[in-house]
Formats: sequence, structure tokens, C-alpha cells
Amino acid sequence: MQQIPAPLWTLVIGIVVTLISLWYGQNNNLLPVQASEQAPLVDDFFNVMVTIGTALFIVVQGTIIYSLIRFRRRKGDDTDGLPIEGNLPLEAFWTAIPAIIVVGLGLYSVVVFQDMGGFAPGGHHHGGMMMAQAPQHEMVDVGSPMLAQAGEGGSRQVYGFGASPMVEGNRPDLTVNVTGMQYAWIFRYPDTAIVDGELHVPVGQDVQLLIEAQDVIHSFWVPQFRLKQDALPGQPAELRFVATKEGTYPVVCAELCGAYHGGMRTQVIVHSLEDYAAWEASRVAELPGAAETVAVNPATMTDAEYLTQIAQDIPIEATQIAQLARLSNP
Amino acid sequence: MAQADLSFNSPVAPHGHPDKWKWYHYFTFNVDHKVIGIQYLVTSFLFYLVGGFMAVMLRTELATPDSDFLSPELYNAFLTNHGTIMIFLWIVPAAIGGFGNYLIPLMIGARDMAFPKLNAIAFWLNPPAGALLLGSFYFGGAQAGWTSYPPLSEITANAAQTLWILAIVLVGTSSILGSVNFLVTIWKMRVPSMKWDQIPLFCWAMVATSILALFSTPVLAAGLILLLFDINFGTSFFKPDAGGNVVVYQHLFWFYSHPAVYLMILPIFGIMSEVIPVHARKPIFGYKAIAYSSLTICLVGLFVWVHHMFTSGTPPWMRIFFTISTLIVAVPTGIKIFSWVATLWGGKIRYTTAMLFAVGLLSMFVFGGLSGVTLGTAPFDIHVHDTYYVVGHFHYVLFGGSVFGIYSAVYHWFPKITGRMLNEPLGKIHFVLTFIGTILTFTPMHALGMQGMPRRVAMYDAQFTDLNQLVTVGAYILAVSVIPFYINVLWSWSKGQKAGDNPWNALTLEWTTASPPIIENWDVLPVVTHGPYEYGHEPEEELETVS
Amino acid sequence: MQGTVDSATPTVVHEEHQDLRVLGLLTFLASEFLMFAGFFAVFLVFRSSIAEWPPKETEVELLLPAVNTVILVSSSLVINLGTKAIKQNDLAKMRLWFGITAAMGAVFLVGQVYEYLTLGYGLKTNLFSNCFYLMTGFHGAHVFIGLLLILGVLWRSRRAGHYNDITHTGPEMAEIYWHFVDVVWIVLFTLIYVLTLF
Repeated sequence: MQQIPAPLWTLVIGIVVTLISLWYGQNNNLLPVQASEQAPLVDDFFNVMVTIGTALFIVVQGTIIYSLIRFRRRKGDDTDGLPIEGNLPLEAFWTAIPAIIVVGLGLYSVVVFQDMGGFAPGGHHHGGMMMAQAPQHEMVDVGSPMLAQAGEGGSRQVYGFGASPMVEGNRPDLTVNVTGMQYAWIFRYPDTAIVDGELHVPVGQDVQLLIEAQDVIHSFWVPQFRLKQDALPGQPAELRFVATKEGTYPVVCAELCGAYHGGMRTQVIVHSLEDYAAWEASRVAELPGAAETVAVNPATMTDAEYLTQIAQDIPIEATQIAQLARLSNP
Repeated sequence: MAQADLSFNSPVAPHGHPDKWKWYHYFTFNVDHKVIGIQYLVTSFLFYLVGGFMAVMLRTELATPDSDFLSPELYNAFLTNHGTIMIFLWIVPAAIGGFGNYLIPLMIGARDMAFPKLNAIAFWLNPPAGALLLGSFYFGGAQAGWTSYPPLSEITANAAQTLWILAIVLVGTSSILGSVNFLVTIWKMRVPSMKWDQIPLFCWAMVATSILALFSTPVLAAGLILLLFDINFGTSFFKPDAGGNVVVYQHLFWFYSHPAVYLMILPIFGIMSEVIPVHARKPIFGYKAIAYSSLTICLVGLFVWVHHMFTSGTPPWMRIFFTISTLIVAVPTGIKIFSWVATLWGGKIRYTTAMLFAVGLLSMFVFGGLSGVTLGTAPFDIHVHDTYYVVGHFHYVLFGGSVFGIYSAVYHWFPKITGRMLNEPLGKIHFVLTFIGTILTFTPMHALGMQGMPRRVAMYDAQFTDLNQLVTVGAYILAVSVIPFYINVLWSWSKGQKAGDNPWNALTLEWTTASPPIIENWDVLPVVTHGPYEYGHEPEEELETVS
Repeated sequence: MQGTVDSATPTVVHEEHQDLRVLGLLTFLASEFLMFAGFFAVFLVFRSSIAEWPPKETEVELLLPAVNTVILVSSSLVINLGTKAIKQNDLAKMRLWFGITAAMGAVFLVGQVYEYLTLGYGLKTNLFSNCFYLMTGFHGAHVFIGLLLILGVLWRSRRAGHYNDITHTGPEMAEIYWHFVDVVWIVLFTLIYVLTLF
């Protein structure tokens, strides 16, 4: 160490730390498959933070370990260390660097947030037409008066993610009304009157979910989409996305909603356009009488009746339904 | 406590108290700040075991994906009360009530706190709060999480939820009364010779803590009172079907509960600034920067609460505003971390258990702080909010941070409090177990959360089984790790090696009096002649040998 | 050692520290005010998000509360005369002014209860009445505590020499608390009553 000058060491360490950080930033494999247009935006942002974080982590932990070894008390040495009380340039340096980093991250997060559609939930331009699209929307939305209000009134705040800047002003290709209830998600397709316990969407299409909760707060989360929005009783919310990869992904409730919160899981199936059309056609054909089914008002039923009615749509086991029924009829 | 050796000579007893406290005095309404400090510490360490027991139950349930060990209702009750107890009856009373009360008068050369009776009242609000929480299990226990979001909290286990609210209001009141006391004491009760820049950094941290508690706790009280009325008196503040608004509660709750995490970490930062210089034998690096950064964290910390609500009913501008304000907190926190690392640099580091926990904390906090920055940004938080990533993050800062800090403080000040040293080999076993247990328990949680496991679940997707079992093993190691510690404390309190007045050769005022200190701390008040951390300035011969 | 125990510079042993209770009370009240601020914030959120506020069936009365406000605000001036008196060692005057303040406080409380009884709606009627009763009720409880403090001061003033021009922390604290109750009321009155006019 004596032979090699300190600046050279610093340079070598700096290069090594940078390389490790850059590598780990790209190869951490911590996040699941990307299945929406938002996912790569979030992941790139996360990877930048991982890169910076890894560098800081190695430097600080390295300094701690180095100090612990180099500056340990030697046997028989009862003296004190150097009386250094501070160093203004150094302190200014380690105030300025994090400040610059967080300002950078802050600006970057605004950009990502905007690209994700974070600034456009419940935008007026499509707020009016979202319900106009649904021909028999009074019947469809009988369990969702709030969403109807959100669509028509336009004055109510809608939370979540709206259209990304690229499709802003366009009407979504598909709108699905999502209702969270203890302990299931109900998906209603206003265009076709399909009601399902699983979410089916076509790949590459602009999908809008209008989210509400019937009883307590739930949170709609698809990890592979990197999107989450609380379903709030009394307050409308929206998530808008384009699924980019066919497959089946979990839909998870992320907000504590009661004893069986952990069991409140279903799935989203991203179909190819043809498969989606086929699914839609088969479901419409299955409907015994579309109007009849959708006109039933779930609000007037007990949970148990409601669950029994939709049981065939929800991929949960019969035992679990029994459990739920028992819960609601103590 | 009963075995406490309290032998010391106190020639005078002018205020009508005995020469020394008997064991039973510790179970009474006693106004001595040291008795109150010990009362807080012992009570909180008991509740630590209760909260820890609940954590072990939770992790045992989560060793398998299905709900097969506890009923889901009991799981949620343990989950709620684990969080509540660990925050309100363990970290807050141990760090603020315990060490704050014990150390502040000793550090600033006062004979007691400004309002001793108020201080005792503040403590005695805590045991009933604990009793209410434990008693709530008779009614099934509160099950809506420590956040108790309505409407869930209004339709689940109403009696237990009511007891829970009353318990939190009690500890909240205790916290406000304590904070009034700390602020006035530090402001007005310093020994006259102590200048502002000679106040130990722990006291600076307690100033920041107290200001935060004073400003934020009453707002929580307001929220909880509204919740109480909704549950019991038929109002509908948070009932959506009657026009109420569920998000308003979240604002009231987090306006307190985000600062609450600073309540739990700022005193610990103060402890770090005391322990590290003593055991590294170096002046603290950047006294002013550390003092001011505490106040900056306190100020900025009041305006970041919405980052807990990025996926809730939060409009876009708020999501962005609070992203930025949250990120700003990283700067003063970074200053502290770097200053402590710089304090190590060039020191003569003693590997005492107190120092090991302090350095362990430093190391954990770097990780917890970095994951905190990622969580502070709305775009990424949308994905990981309410997942195990969050659980991993806050346990890194609250266990790896606050609990490590409390351990460090116990090893550092136990000799002062009891007059006896803790056993070092046992302490090192304790440290190693805790360190390994912490990493094993809380690191995999980050991966679980990012992969798709939500928090607060009694059952989970089978794909997460392996990592969960690793976490459970880590939790068991943590459970075992407290055994050597409790044995150590109980044994050393009566049988440990005598400590002497100043076993670490530390420079702050508490080490100028006897161990344990006499009832009014000093016969003759000390005169401050130099700063609290001026190591390396004194001539060699003045330093006594370090054990 | 940071300090040295130096017998050459003798310090008074076991000295009494200065009376810090006023400072403590002010700190506490700053905190207490924020609890009311929480209620105020909730009220304002509802006010701004609900179209009809207050709803027709729960409109507020204006005359009685206005009279009550005048009584409470002027009682703050009266209690101030009381503490001014004791600072000039005029115990009799202090007792007189404090007595009048207590009476005014009692009138306020009676007026409040009368208003509750005549309004025709209760706590549970709707969101506005929830807010109305909770906020005025909590304030009323604080007035009641303030009243007890004043009565406590009057009770203690019976002992000769308990309060004089040097020791008068008790009356001073009662006064500060009374002003606090007053300030909270002014905000509350503005929010609940005056804002309904606009």
C-alpha cells in the first residue's frame, strides 16, 4: 500500500464500485415479469436507484469495515484517537452529493409518473364518455352508483392512473368495472354485460379499470403490471394500462381487508386478440339472459347469497366459500 | 429490579425522601427521574417480550402458505398488537421515556426534570394502556392493523377496537406530557455553565423528538376520537355510506404516524452520537451538523406523511409533492450516517458490545435508508406499497435501527444505572445472534414484496414458501437472541462486576456522579469546563485504564 | 470529565429551580391546539367536498351563539383584570374578577346546553351535526376544565397569603388556559357559524 499512491487506489476502487453497481443495477432480477407498458418504466427507474444505492452501500459499508479493522484499539494502547472535530469541505461534499442525487431522482420520478399516466386519472375528456360507451349502463352499474357518478358528474376526484400521455384524449379500448368486496374481486364488462371473478383483457389494448369497494378498503394490485390502486368505498379510482405480454398473472388485494385478506386473490388473463374475442363470445353466449343477470342488485343480497351466485365465476374453492358464508352469517 | 444494588452514599435528604430508594419504591408513584426512567425501561422490556411472542406466532403461521396454525382472526389480532406494542409500549417508552428521563437531567447537570410529578403521571399512563391492549384479547383483540383504517376498524371487533383506541390515547397523552417536560428541562434546567454547543447530542435529539411529538400526537388523538365516536356513538365521519370520508382518517393518522417513526429513531440517533465517540475515543465528527440535522429531520418530517398513501385516495399533485419532500429527508439523515462513519475513522475503536450494536445499527441503517429512498418515490412505491418490501424496510430501520440502538444504550449506560457492568462475552453472543437473525429475517422480505407478496396476510401463494421459511428461521434466531440478553441483565444487575463512576472514561456529565447516581444526582453540581466529546485533547495521564 | 466537581466554586446545594409551570402550560397548550386543528381540518374537508353544508335539516342558530361569543371573549378581559389585581397584591379585587369570570363561563356553558336542547337535531343526525356536536362538545369540556381551574384558584385564595404580588402562578395559569379556550372558540365560531353565512 505504501508504494501505490492514494489517488490511484481511490480511482481503482471507484472504477470497481462503479462496475459492480452498474452490473447489479441491470442484473438484480428482483422484480417479476414485465407485462404492462408501465412495467419497464418502473423497472428502469428502480434499476437506476439500485445502481446508485449499490454504490453508496459498498462505499459506506466498506468504509465502516475498513475503519473497524484499521482503527481498532491495539493491545495495551489506552490512548485516544485523533481529535478531529469536523471538516467543512468534506461535510459540504456529503451534503451536496445526496442532495443532487435526490433532486435527480425526484425529477426522474416525475417523468416516470407522468409517462405512467399518473397525472391523468379521471380526466374530463374521457370521463363523460366512459359511461356513454355502456349501452345499458343503468343496469350494469346498479352496484356501482359511485362510478356512474364519477363518469357523469366529472367534478368528483378520481384517483389512480389514467391515460398515459401517448393516448391521452383517446377513449380506452375496453372498460371494466372492478368491485372489491370481502374477499373477492368482481369484474363487470359494461359493453357485454359479462360478470366474472377473473379479469380477462386483450393484449396490446388500452384497458381502463374503474375501481371501487363495496365494504372496506381493498387494494387492486397486479405485480407484473407494477400497478396498484386502493379500492375505496365511496371514492372512485381508476387504473389504465396496456398489457404487453400474454399470460396469466395474479391479482392481489394489498390492503388489509379482514381475516381472509390473504385469500383475496384471483388472476388476470391477458389473451391474444383472437383468444379474447373467442372468450368474450363464449361468455356472452353462456349468459342465460344478460339483462336478468346484471339487473340483480348485489346490494340487496346477503354476502352469502351473492357469493353463491357468483361462485361459478370465482376460482376459489368450495370450502373457502363455505368459510366466507359462515363468516357473514355468524 | 428487586435485586437492584442501590448502595451509594447520600449524606443529605433535604426533600423528604429517604437516603436511597428501596425496591418497592420502583412500584410506586415516584417522582425521581431515575426511578421513572427505570420504570419505563423495565416495563418496555417486558412488553418487548409480549410483542416478540406475537411476532413468533405470526412467523410460525407463515412457515406454511395456508392458514393452519392460528385462526385468521387471531392472526390479525396478533399482527395488530405486535405492531402497536412494539411501537407504543416498547420502542417509544424505552428510547424516549426510559433513556430520555434517565439521562437528560444527568447530561445537563440538573437534579431532576422540570415537572417531576407530571413525569410520574406520564409514566403511569403506560401500564393501563398495556393492560387495555392485553385485555382487548378477551374481546378478540383489535384486528384492523396498527393503522386501524376505517371502515375495517369500524366493523371488526368493536369492543377490542375501542380498548385499542383508549390505549393509544393514553400513551399519546403520556407522550405529550413527557415532551413538554423534556423541552422545558433542556431549555431551562441546564447547569448554568453549559453553553448551547456543549449540550450532549442526545439532548439535541430529544429536543427534536419532543417538538415532533408535541405537534403530531394531538392530531392522531383527534383522528382516534373521531374513530371512537364512529364506533360507539353513531357518528359517521369515516362511514362512506353516510357521506363520511375514509381518506380523511388516513391523513390524520399518518400526520402523526409518520413523525412517529422519527420519534422512534431520533433518540436512537442521539444515542449513536453518545456511544460512538466514547468507544472510538474520538470527538464526534461535525457536532453542529448532527445537531442541526436532527432539527431538519424534525421539520421536514412533519411534511412527508402522504408517502404512506400513494396508492390511496391521493391526487397526483400530492403524490409528487410528497415524493419530493420525502426524498429531502435523505439528506440530513445521510449527514448523520457520514458523520458517524467519519467519527470511526482515525479512532481507537474498542470492541465493546455497546460499540458493536452501534456499528451494527450504522450498517443496518445504511440499507434501511436506501430502501427507504426507493419507497419514497411514488412510481416505485405504487408497486411495493403494502407489500413485504415495506415490512422489510421498516424492520430494517426499526429493528436494525431503533432496537439495536436501545441495546447499545443498555450496554453503554447499564453500568451507570445499576453500578455494575454487563457481562461482555454474553453480550457478544447476543450481538452475533441478533445481527445474523436480523439479516436473515428482514432481507428476504424485500424480495418477497417485489415478487408479489402483500403484507398482513395469514395465507400466501405457495411460490413464496421458501423465502418465508427462511424468514421464519431468522425470526426464531431473533427470538433466541434475547435469551442471553435477559439472562445477562438479570444476573449482572445483582452479581455483575462493579463498574465505578466512569468505566468507559466518557466525558459527558452523567459520568461525573456515582454509579448508580445519588438521589439528587450530585451533592455539588458539576461545572462544565469543555465540550462533551473532546477526546484526544487531554494529557495521557488523566485517562484511567479502560477495563 | 466534561464537568469537574470543583469545591472551590461552591454551588448552592439542592437549590430550588425557577418556576417553569407557565412555560410548561404554554408548551402543552400549543400541542393541545393541534388536536382542535385536527378537528378543524376534518370540518373544512367536509365543508369543501359536500355540496350542501350545513344541510337544510341541520342549520345552525346564530343569535344565541353570538351572544355566547361576546360573553366568552369579554370574560377573557375580565380574568386579565383579576391577574392584574393580584400582581398589585389586591387579593379582594382578584377574587371579584375571577368570580365574575367564573360566572360568565358558567353562563356560556348553560347557553351551550340550551342551544343543544333547542336545536332539534342530535349528534347522530348527519355529518354536519356529527362535527357540530363533537367540536362544540370538546370545546365545552375545555371550558368546563377552565371553570374548575378558576374555581380552584378562588378556593385556594381563601388561605391568607397563598397568592400575592410575588407568587401568583396559579391565577396566571388559569388566565392563560382561559385565553386558550377563548381562542379556540373564536376559530370554532368562525368555522361553524360565521362561514355558514357565506
